[in-house]
Amino acid sequence: MSAVNRETIKTTAVYTEFHPRWYRERVSVYWWLGQWQYLKFILRELSSVPVAIFVVITLFQLRALLSGPAAYARFEHWLRTPGAIVLNVISFFFVLLHTITWFNLAPRAMAIRMRGKRLPDLLVAAPNYALWLVVSVVVAWFILR
Amino acid sequence: MKRQSNEAFFWMLFSAGGVVAALLIPGHLFLFGVAFPLGWIQPPTYEHLLALVRLPVTRIYLFVLCSLPLFHWAHRFRYTLYDGLQVKHLNEVIFSLCYGGAVVGTVVAGYLLWNIA
Repeated sequence: MSAVNRETIKTTAVYTEFHPRWYRERVSVYWWLGQWQYLKFILRELSSVPVAIFVVITLFQLRALLSGPAAYARFEHWLRTPGAIVLNVISFFFVLLHTITWFNLAPRAMAIRMRGKRLPDLLVAAPNYALWLVVSVVVAWFILR
Repeated sequence: MKRQSNEAFFWMLFSAGGVVAALLIPGHLFLFGVAFPLGWIQPPTYEHLLALVRLPVTRIYLFVLCSLPLFHWAHRFRYTLYDGLQVKHLNEVIFSLCYGGAVVGTVVAGYLLWNIA
């Protein structure tokens, strides 16, 4: 190969920037409606909204309690309105969903083995439910005493 | 590296709030939100509740009950908006609103519980 030729190759070789782009299908905003598993995931995540609503209502309850008997009576009256009851019943079911899914994470997070065999998921989650029962009874006892 | 350590901190708040919410909120919500208003159970008197709330241990309990679940909400709600609505460009705004809300709620709870006569 002559020197001239080599020079030509050098100058004519053009390197285009190769910019790889992965093929990605556009995902619909409603992707979570397609499958029950996805819907369950979104419902579980959305359970955090009723959790926040509960805290806000509790803060209003606390304020009413500190403002005097009349203010607290007004708050209790609001709790008895149909809108508040519907909201709280829906919230209650969402919070139950949170509790159950949260407790059932325990066997996913740790595999406990006894005599070489893995404990069934139900048995690993059971202490959570027992604790829940005890804590709820104690709290209810203080409130209702 | 700094980002990672922040994430771990927020995740711990999320996780602690998740435990508190799972253990405590169903009982509270069932009593105050459903059973008392529907007349299934006789609600406690105003005097009893006020006496209960005056105890220091109840104040600490209520502070934890209000604060940690809000941080739990902030974490979950942020990522639900992020994944569900695909609004990645609003990430900073959503982050500020969620955690800002949790901080405001915590401050309000602290203020109310601190100022009980």
